[in-house]
Amino acid sequence: MLSVLTDNWELFRDGFWLTLRLFVVAALLSLVLGTVLAAFRVSPVPALRGIGTGYVNTLRNTPLTLVFAFLFFGAAKMQLSLPTFFWAGVAALTIYTSAFVCEVVRSGINTVSPGQSEAARAVGMTFLQVLTIVVLPQAYRAIVPPLASVLIALLKNTTIAAGFSVLEAGSIPAAMAERGENQMLTLVWITIGFLILITPLVLLQRWAERRTAVA
Amino acid sequence: MTSVLYDVPGPRAKARNRILNIIVMLAVLGVVAWLIHRLAVNGQFDSRRWAQFQYTAIQNELLEGLLNTLRAAGLAAVLAVLFGAVFAAARISDHAILRVPATFVVELFRAIPLLILMFFFYYGSLQFKLGLSPFWAVVLGLTLYNGSVLAEIFRAGIAAVPKGQREAAYATGLRKNQVVRLILLPQAITAMLPAIVSQLVVLLKDTALGFIITYNELLYVAKQMGGRLEFGFPYIPTYFVVAVIYIGLCSLLSLLARYLEGRGRRRAKVTGGPAPIAAPLDTGDTTKL
Repeated sequence: MLSVLTDNWELFRDGFWLTLRLFVVAALLSLVLGTVLAAFRVSPVPALRGIGTGYVNTLRNTPLTLVFAFLFFGAAKMQLSLPTFFWAGVAALTIYTSAFVCEVVRSGINTVSPGQSEAARAVGMTFLQVLTIVVLPQAYRAIVPPLASVLIALLKNTTIAAGFSVLEAGSIPAAMAERGENQMLTLVWITIGFLILITPLVLLQRWAERRTAVA
Repeated sequence: MTSVLYDVPGPRAKARNRILNIIVMLAVLGVVAWLIHRLAVNGQFDSRRWAQFQYTAIQNELLEGLLNTLRAAGLAAVLAVLFGAVFAAARISDHAILRVPATFVVELFRAIPLLILMFFFYYGSLQFKLGLSPFWAVVLGLTLYNGSVLAEIFRAGIAAVPKGQREAAYATGLRKNQVVRLILLPQAITAMLPAIVSQLVVLLKDTALGFIITYNELLYVAKQMGGRLEFGFPYIPTYFVVAVIYIGLCSLLSLLARYLEGRGRRRAKVTGGPAPIAAPLDTGDTTKL
């Protein structure tokens, strides 16, 4: 069983390394984009709220595979394709995940007690100041557990890039099929790899849940 | 719309918001116009790229893809609910011999990427000559993953029924089986219906993964149609059409979920019945991806 892994070690190493890079870059970008969208959704400007709502409602009802397909096969036809497959994959994951991050951040904003922002307004802060200095930092604390869930989903979703010539971990089975290796064992190893990657996120989630439960 | 985040706007703030509003709208229009321009420059509005949708054969092809998507989603939904019910029951069991393996199974299937689950059935069928078609790989993958998530939703629903309900039921002499079946489950299912429907949206969306393991569902059909040289590789038109279908279907289901949520809240208010179980700060959102 071990030989499947050791004989093809480079394939596994490169695959999971790419998975990790996809995950980290897409996670950071979607946190930023998701937070901006959440700010849009609670802003006093109706047009911004409209953008936020429209974005979230559309993307949450679109299969991620379709986003991938559009960016990989469609965008090229508009001469809008991204420089490399890696970045196209990052873009697809970010566009999709930020809709979910937005909803989580928004629900976090709702958990901050109104007194906090009322006090902030009373000392004369503007909307942006209230949001960035007072509300968002407190919101983030409350949303660590659901945010961890979103990140876990993102990590698992990186496998979809395998269908679109991004050679991350999800693409290993196809490569191994060509080498005539045992597919089931390959998949078992990939599963183990993902379990190893996901465990820290699950632990973070549990820890944050316990912390917020005590507070 | 009032918010605690900002004061009720006075005359100056109103004027400022109006100006911002106009600027944002112009920016959005600008982006849309630019995208349309890009589409036009690259000939995506050429009639030959859209011509294929006029042929009945091609409409039937799309319809067949849609039916395949719905077939997989429908069967997987039924199986996932069954799977979820069985494993939720096992997870709340008093007997560790049922509880422990069920917990392991549920946690495992929630952690494996869905595509990898599908690969297990797809490649497994090839390797062991099981003769499972890609259809079954899609259905079984969806069942295991969504069934596990549903098991957690059911369990959370049962756990969230107020304790007094259970105590009162036991006090009237009902047995455990009866308490769960007659008292806890009906309340849990009502409270969790929105979450269950949301999960079905996820399931429907994920059928698109069948594309990668060559199940000819809607997205797969779209890829084939987009690659046709005689229509000038109409990827963009076909993806537009398919996106409208997917987003339309999923939005309908999402609307149903929201309606059920609103109804649950209203009913609790009117009848003073059991308060709706507050979803624990959307932890279930895992689920919606």
